[in-house]
Amino acid sequence: MMEPASHSEHPALGINGKAEKLPAGKLHSAQYIVALILAVLITGLWRLQVLGADNFRALADANRIRKVPILAPRGRIFDRNGRLLVDNYPSVSCYLLRDQAKNINLDLPLISRGLNIPIDQIQTILRHYQAAPRYQPIPLKQDITPDEQAFIEAHRNELPELETLDVQRRLYPRDGFAAHLIGYVGEVSEEMLNNPRYAFYDPGDVVGRSGVEEAYDAVLRGTDGYRDVIVNSRGKELGHLGQTLAIPGKDLRLTIDLDVQMAAEKALEGKIGAIVALDPHTGEVLALASRPTFDPNQFSGHLTKSYWNEILTNPDHPLLDKVTQAQLAPGSTFKIIMSVAGLQEGVAQDMRVMCNGGATFYGHFYACDKHHGMVDIENAIPWSCDTFYYTLANKLGIDTIARYATSLGLGQRTGIDLPDEAAGNMPSTEWKLHTMHQPWYVGETISVGIGQGAVTATPLQLARAIGGVASGGVLHRPHVVFPDEVSPDELEAIHETFSGSGEKRIPLSAQNWQIITDAMAATTLTGTAAASHLEGIDFAGKTGTAQVMSHDALARSGGGHRTLPNAWFVGMAPRRNPDIVVAVLWQNGDWGSNSAKLAAQVIEAYVNKQRKRDNNVRVAEVPKVPAPAPATVSTPVTD
Amino acid sequence: MRRLSSFRDFDWVLLGFVLVLSVISVLEIKSATVHTKFHGFDHKQLGFLAVGLVLMFLISMIDYHRLIDIVHWAYGISILSLIAVLTVGTKVLGARRWIRVPGGHFQPSEWIKLVLIVAVARYFWGLAGRELTWKDIGKAFALVCIPMLMVLKQPDLGTSLTYLPILACGLFLGGIRFKQAAIIFLVIALLIGGAWKTGKFLKPYQKARLTSFINPDNDPQGSGYQIRQSLIAVGSGGIWGKGANKGTQTQGDFLPIPYTDFIFAAFCEEHGFIGALGVILLYFLILMRLIQNAQTASDLPGTYIIMGVVAVIIFQIAVNIGMVVGLMPVTGIPLPLMSYGGSSILFTFLALGIVMNVRMRRFVN
Repeated sequence: MMEPASHSEHPALGINGKAEKLPAGKLHSAQYIVALILAVLITGLWRLQVLGADNFRALADANRIRKVPILAPRGRIFDRNGRLLVDNYPSVSCYLLRDQAKNINLDLPLISRGLNIPIDQIQTILRHYQAAPRYQPIPLKQDITPDEQAFIEAHRNELPELETLDVQRRLYPRDGFAAHLIGYVGEVSEEMLNNPRYAFYDPGDVVGRSGVEEAYDAVLRGTDGYRDVIVNSRGKELGHLGQTLAIPGKDLRLTIDLDVQMAAEKALEGKIGAIVALDPHTGEVLALASRPTFDPNQFSGHLTKSYWNEILTNPDHPLLDKVTQAQLAPGSTFKIIMSVAGLQEGVAQDMRVMCNGGATFYGHFYACDKHHGMVDIENAIPWSCDTFYYTLANKLGIDTIARYATSLGLGQRTGIDLPDEAAGNMPSTEWKLHTMHQPWYVGETISVGIGQGAVTATPLQLARAIGGVASGGVLHRPHVVFPDEVSPDELEAIHETFSGSGEKRIPLSAQNWQIITDAMAATTLTGTAAASHLEGIDFAGKTGTAQVMSHDALARSGGGHRTLPNAWFVGMAPRRNPDIVVAVLWQNGDWGSNSAKLAAQVIEAYVNKQRKRDNNVRVAEVPKVPAPAPATVSTPVTD
Repeated sequence: MRRLSSFRDFDWVLLGFVLVLSVISVLEIKSATVHTKFHGFDHKQLGFLAVGLVLMFLISMIDYHRLIDIVHWAYGISILSLIAVLTVGTKVLGARRWIRVPGGHFQPSEWIKLVLIVAVARYFWGLAGRELTWKDIGKAFALVCIPMLMVLKQPDLGTSLTYLPILACGLFLGGIRFKQAAIIFLVIALLIGGAWKTGKFLKPYQKARLTSFINPDNDPQGSGYQIRQSLIAVGSGGIWGKGANKGTQTQGDFLPIPYTDFIFAAFCEEHGFIGALGVILLYFLILMRLIQNAQTASDLPGTYIIMGVVAVIIFQIAVNIGMVVGLMPVTGIPLPLMSYGGSSILFTFLALGIVMNVRMRRFVN
């Protein structure tokens, strides 16, 4: 029996009374749509679980197993007598972990208070590491105090993103002592990572950034170990799997003599310049100092912006190692090289030049600072007569000069095992054509004769060249680390990385050798460096007073400290087959004789030490000229 | 004549599939939470399931036409409750989604889905037999979008999005023409583009969430991290999975919210591609069964109602599993019958109850 139909009782009729049809086709379409959607999802799953399974399994393991590094202590650095120069000290660093799912920015005020870091500094650090992968911890602060450590421990729950790491930190000598030689460590930079030499380094690794620390980083750094630890997503250790112990870095013994280094640093006090002392028998570097200097402890600690700015904006470039990187006109020290060229060419022996305060060449007057009268090779050196050398240069011509200078290592790197050595410049006709696309003018040769013009050299090059001449024409590769301190492979790598002219021998007749060395000895007796005469020591050398501006510019400038010439001096003891050669550069130090005094200080310190050690009293004996072929191993100076 | 409704017509097959999924769900929730501070959630889920089953039976006994009759009122009350939420709702984590009622909290947005399904069904039933005019389409939009925008304002992007499939389904079944649909798509695309650019309608974290699925490493708020962990969990499960309770990502706490949004990821890690296929097969069977019920419904509104349920369910499946496998952004939409959560379970079972309702009355005349 049917009751009156309300529309709800007669569902077959629509509200408007019209018959309705069930949209059957639509329902079929709906089935297909559903199936399609599910198929798409299955494809997504297929991609991940079938195609990508191995990849994701690896990622899952990476999630699960974390390598906690066991840091290897860096090798210490000693001088040649085993005295400690660079050490490590234990310290705690604080890192920020970013692989948590929380918003770190909310915690910054608390972190800033607890770790005593201004908030904007933390933000700068965060920005700096923004591009790095999230699992990489960010170093927030080094050398945290026990208070700060306690803060981190106390807030482990609220601040799980903070982590501490026990590290060893570098301790360098104070006040920038030997800073350029030793260098400093810092985090490896982007550019370095792109260099194949650093292929095995990771971002955040601490590497040497200059000096010995950089050159011998592979030896000093050791190999970090690690512990395989199972963690959950909060980094909480759930267990551990195993560990590999760290291999500590190797200690290094430098060729540096601490006493000689101290004398060199003391001599440079308050000046701008460089001092380098070599043992010409072997090429060992006994001292290497550069001023102004910087404090490497600031770099291995937390480098403040103000200190960094101070260093960068200092016009005298404290970071520059002037021993290997200052390329300046050598002035009269070049005359030794000129003398070798002149004598070996057979020209200088019989040259007699009348010096009347200068001479005219090609229509220009070239001045000499004194009227020397009649000059020959034997007094040209101690008197440092420019007129003589102008004449000699004119006779030899630039290319001959260049040939001898190059054979003595000018215009190329020496190959010292320190980074960023400069090569200086030795001009020649070919050089000028090549670099300036112009022919060489003979007039330019004249100033080259006295070590001005386009010729530039580093203190290291001069020390080696002149020391080599005094050794009879044998030049060694300068080095700061004894070759037997490192393995042959490492040594080869060092030589490859720091390429240069290395070992050299030039022809130098015994007679010429004697002429030059005796003349250099006369320099400190009666010549330009007479004021630096050292009693009881066969001290020889050559001064150099290198103009920093042309005479016209000088006249225009009106004087001032910066217009003073650079004072050079290369000295040695004894005069032949010296045990030590010292090159001094005193920028704007005026006369070369001023630098001679500094060299004398260094040499005196060295000789006194040798005497004390050998416990014998040496008489300053003039060594006889030995048999023609200079020996590779010299006879030590005995009494 | 009284409507013949007999529990013989209850869709026991459908219930069977649903129960299998529910059991899987409980087990998975247990595995995902056993070591965490959320342990015991599996018991809660059982509780929700029990209540859901009861409600399902209850609602299947009320003639759905009654529901259609009262839908006006229900709709009105829904709007009012949404207003109440926006004005006096409890603020939790910057969102107003609940209102305090004696005895607890009440989250209207889930219930409104049910109301909307019925309302849309009724609306299109009234238009039956004729072509949809733009005015009709406009009214349909208004019907759904008003509550949707109110929910969006709470803000609850995820839930508001689940209203859309109801509208889409209604339009589709109601006979929208291809041209009309295309125009609507274009307009929506322009609007979304505009809203995105001006940044006014989406909060920054919502924007970040929506884009981070393209590049998971790019997100500050962490949803990129979530997606990444999800992909790792799913992918590392491989073909056979790591075994129940042995998912390292889930157990090691790497997979975030593994008992709700990412429950499928946890499942995939443990049971692999084979397991995932199994679950998807179950969903397939459930949906096909639902559509079959729609086909055999005795009248148009019944069909619309069931298809509305289908639309919501397939939408949620697509968005949730899509998110888990990295095809969709993180939106917080739960996986029906799998994700832990009372609101989701209750909605699903009530919806199923209505489906049963329709099915049980299909022979009445």
